[in-house]
Amino acid sequence: MRVNGAVQSLEVEPRVSLLDVLREHLGLTGTKKGCNQGACGACTVLVDGERINSCLALAVQYAGREITTIEGVATGGQAHPLQEAFIRNDGFQCGYCTSGQICSAIGMLAEHRAGAPSAVTEHLAAEAVELSGAEIRERMSGNLCRCGAYNGIVESIQDVAAGHADVLAAAR
Amino acid sequence: MKAFAYVSAPDVATAVRAIATEPRAKFIGGGTNLVDLMREDIERPDTVVDISGIALTGVEELAGGGVRIGAMVRNSHLAAHPLIRSRYPVLAQAILAGASGQLRNMATVGGNILQRTRCPYFYDRAAACNKREPGSGCDAFGGFTRNHAVLGGSESCIAAHPSDMCVALAALDAVVEVESVRGVRRIPLVEFHRLPGATPHVETDIAADELITAVELPALPVATTSRYRKVRDRASYAFALVSVAAALEVQHGTVATVRLALGGVGAKPWRAHEAERLLLGAAPTEESFRRAAAAELAPAVAQPHNAFKIELAERTIVATLAQLLAAGGAA
Repeated sequence: MRVNGAVQSLEVEPRVSLLDVLREHLGLTGTKKGCNQGACGACTVLVDGERINSCLALAVQYAGREITTIEGVATGGQAHPLQEAFIRNDGFQCGYCTSGQICSAIGMLAEHRAGAPSAVTEHLAAEAVELSGAEIRERMSGNLCRCGAYNGIVESIQDVAAGHADVLAAAR
Repeated sequence: MKAFAYVSAPDVATAVRAIATEPRAKFIGGGTNLVDLMREDIERPDTVVDISGIALTGVEELAGGGVRIGAMVRNSHLAAHPLIRSRYPVLAQAILAGASGQLRNMATVGGNILQRTRCPYFYDRAAACNKREPGSGCDAFGGFTRNHAVLGGSESCIAAHPSDMCVALAALDAVVEVESVRGVRRIPLVEFHRLPGATPHVETDIAADELITAVELPALPVATTSRYRKVRDRASYAFALVSVAAALEVQHGTVATVRLALGGVGAKPWRAHEAERLLLGAAPTEESFRRAAAAELAPAVAQPHNAFKIELAERTIVATLAQLLAAGGAA
């Protein structure tokens, strides 16, 4: 698999999760293990640009895919706009959920840009959906923050959605 | 998690051959339910046959106006598909009401149909559970039953079926196509899942060596006026206490077509046949909606913590039908 742009050849047992490969085999500990059962979102990474829970993914099923973790979202030493926005808006306190929040938000913004609806989208047939606060909260509901930094998280995503779409595209 | 052998199947023929020769093998698609159950030691396959690379990924319009959905289509891709959003909005809404964005990107249509209950006693290996270990009893009785079924349960099991997507599929007369080395079968979704009876470990009509290859939706004009409404303990990312999938068409002041199914309350995705029978030909009034909902819930059996679901289901049915009526069911 390719992880943050670098090809990695690994031999692991079929029962090893993608999360454990990233953390234990590749030393990429930015991706966190929260619940290890798909309930908290701390392990969110991008696979070919789509967000998934790496704790419920068997690594062997992702051979040959392009994985992006929090360590891979900055470009050329420049923090990702979402990373900067999270700092600016107090989008975290303890920081444990933050890497999952940011990877999830990158995937979510790409889904929104592709016209995907959500559970709070009233007009499903419409091609474009305005990314309101309610839309962001619904689309990010798979990422829990026990510190309750949700207001800062939503503001950070709104900031980036409003102004940095081109930078987001480059980060995929 | 117990160690297991891994086989990657590039096509359906390879997959069904691999499973036919391995008695303790399981298919894996997105893995969102199976990996969790394997980690909890509830599923213990010796071999896992990976079907996630099989190209059953199409969403295609059928000649008669229906839609054929490949079993490996991801839940998120199906919910975002223009054909589903325009013709079967209840299905898009049901999928979007379930799980999270990350899980919907992983979970497949076939896997969603086969997902297992989230009954906490099924998940807890220290608890008695007839579904997990036939004949061991059921600790849900006398336990915490807020999330359990009120319709279709038995003395052996009152676990609720967890899927949102299946509730919409039940309302839409979907047909599940399965394949094995013995051939292809087509099973209506409403007959696919079984009620627990005395054998709650037998959950579906599918045999261990059969693979879901597709789901077909019939042409159903009424589905353009359809809706999924879900009531749960938090606003998002929670299983249903009660959910309603409904489609409604009113002509000349009476209900001409209606489809109604319930989630969260049933031991399986619950098609509300009795309510549909009463609604058909009736005046589309709140009174007739209420009478039909009460008739559907009349056989309900409550436990100490879930009696509220009966009235909640009735009210949610009435509210959903009223919404559809206002939204153009009378066109």
